[in-house]
Amino acid sequence: MLSLNEIHKTFYPNTPDERLALVDVNQKLEAGDFVTIIGSNGAGKSTLLNTLAGSIIPDEGEVAIDGRDVTRLPEQKRAAYIGRVFQDPMAGTAPGMTIEENMVISLGRTKRRSLFRGVSKQLRERFREHLATLEIGLEDRLNTKVGLLSGGERQALSLLMATFTEPKILLLDEHTAALDPSKQELILRLTRELVEKHSLTTVMVTHQMEQAIEFGNRLWMMDEGKIIFEANDDEKDELTVSDLLQNFENIRGKRMASDRALLSK
Amino acid sequence: MITSIYGAIESGLIYAIMALGVYISFRLLDFPDLTVDGSFVTGGAVTSVMIVNGTDPFTATIAGAIAGFFAGCITGLLHTKGNINPLLAGILMMIALYSINLRIMGQPNIPLLNEHTLFTTLSGWWEALNLEAIFMAPFHWLGIADFAPRSFYALMSLLVLIIIVKKLMDFFLRTEAGTTLRATGDNQKMVRSFSANTSLYIIVGMGVSNMLVAFSGAMVVQHSGFADINLGVGMIIIGLASVIIGEVLFGKDKIVRMTLAVILGAIVYRIIYSMALRIDFLEASDMKLITALIVVVALVFPHWLGQTNAKNQYKKSKAKAASSG
Repeated sequence: MLSLNEIHKTFYPNTPDERLALVDVNQKLEAGDFVTIIGSNGAGKSTLLNTLAGSIIPDEGEVAIDGRDVTRLPEQKRAAYIGRVFQDPMAGTAPGMTIEENMVISLGRTKRRSLFRGVSKQLRERFREHLATLEIGLEDRLNTKVGLLSGGERQALSLLMATFTEPKILLLDEHTAALDPSKQELILRLTRELVEKHSLTTVMVTHQMEQAIEFGNRLWMMDEGKIIFEANDDEKDELTVSDLLQNFENIRGKRMASDRALLSK
Repeated sequence: MITSIYGAIESGLIYAIMALGVYISFRLLDFPDLTVDGSFVTGGAVTSVMIVNGTDPFTATIAGAIAGFFAGCITGLLHTKGNINPLLAGILMMIALYSINLRIMGQPNIPLLNEHTLFTTLSGWWEALNLEAIFMAPFHWLGIADFAPRSFYALMSLLVLIIIVKKLMDFFLRTEAGTTLRATGDNQKMVRSFSANTSLYIIVGMGVSNMLVAFSGAMVVQHSGFADINLGVGMIIIGLASVIIGEVLFGKDKIVRMTLAVILGAIVYRIIYSMALRIDFLEASDMKLITALIVVVALVFPHWLGQTNAKNQYKKSKAKAASSG
């Protein structure tokens, strides 16, 4: 379904600011997999997601979707396979346009945009049905400007727009991080429902360990551009937060110890 | 006095086409496009040269508009593919077009007074259909024939033209492609994430915008009877003034309403212009200053009004809290 082969990415190479963002990432996702990625700031989570989306082109390695090499395919072309929800609730929708107009734009992800009327009666019905599944009353506000919605509502709409056209891969970039707790819960519930409903292959970046454990069938932990720990299916089901912390300290601690050894030499 | 208003409405209707073009770039694409000063003349230059050389005025006008389309596309290309700041891309194109327009015209001024233009054709049709009598009838009947315009043909045909342009634009902006074009000015990142090529939308959008501007220029030279290389100086500000006046006075959310507001804004601007020209100590050359002042007032006033409203509301809520507490 999705494969990452020996991906490397360095920011600002050959300068004092040089930073290894991704180091030798090798992973495969099967259709229907739901992987959660955790890691501290600067671990490379977002870089990995952006590499999948095409906003960042890796220095080395190959990204393939369904066996097709998409490494150099520009972001907007790759978006035909990929649905995305950003961290910033304002990023995924156009504020000056109505809910139905926003949905028309998301509909264009899978096909050529025509010179026919954007919002037809038929489409409006379809939009209404999909919006109703969110259960936050957006189905009665099709002509409301999206800029007038709350952050939670906008993020729910972004999530719907990213999923209802059934992309091959759904990318979620800490999509609940900017919301208050009650809205976070709503978005997480909707994420679970929508991913199940459309059986989407999903990659979710989060900084909350509980979330990472609760969601999905796979888990990757990242540090300094590497995937330092992963747990799949049964393994992951038994994972607890303290296990994760333990693992993290084990791996990190070892490296710190070896650093110290190097320094003292 | 009253008859001068008809003239103002006539030119308002012509400049409204330009204002609609500016609305596309400035408001929908969020691209302050100075190409307008050049492409307006390009439209006029191409059309007048073709008319002088005996081309039929319809073809000449369409050719002028198409020339504007290409000029706009180049500005769009400079910005999207060349990564040039929008303002600078527009200025570069404006300067380049000055030379190009001179090349097209061959001389700084082309008179069209004795040529066969769109307006002479229309006036011919108008007389053949004998429509003048029908429109004059109510004026005679009310005994105000002195206040009637000299002729209705220009007013009426321009009205029909602007309605056609508006309807086409409303239709386009509500298609799937048009909706995406509007979103491009609103949130580019989002539009890209839904697999739309934003560069293409900006390039074509700038093309359509300048096509309308050049079309307006082609009409202006035929209406006034001459083309001049300096016709476009300050045109972008006139366009902005029309858009902003329209938004402030008649604006609403819906796109259909917005295009109407821009057209009315262009007419109101022309009426203000003709009024100002009647003030004795003002000269025609002062109009650029007045236009700039109109834009400043139209930009600052709503903002300032909003602040006072907010202040008043704050005072009120404070007074309420004090009385209840």
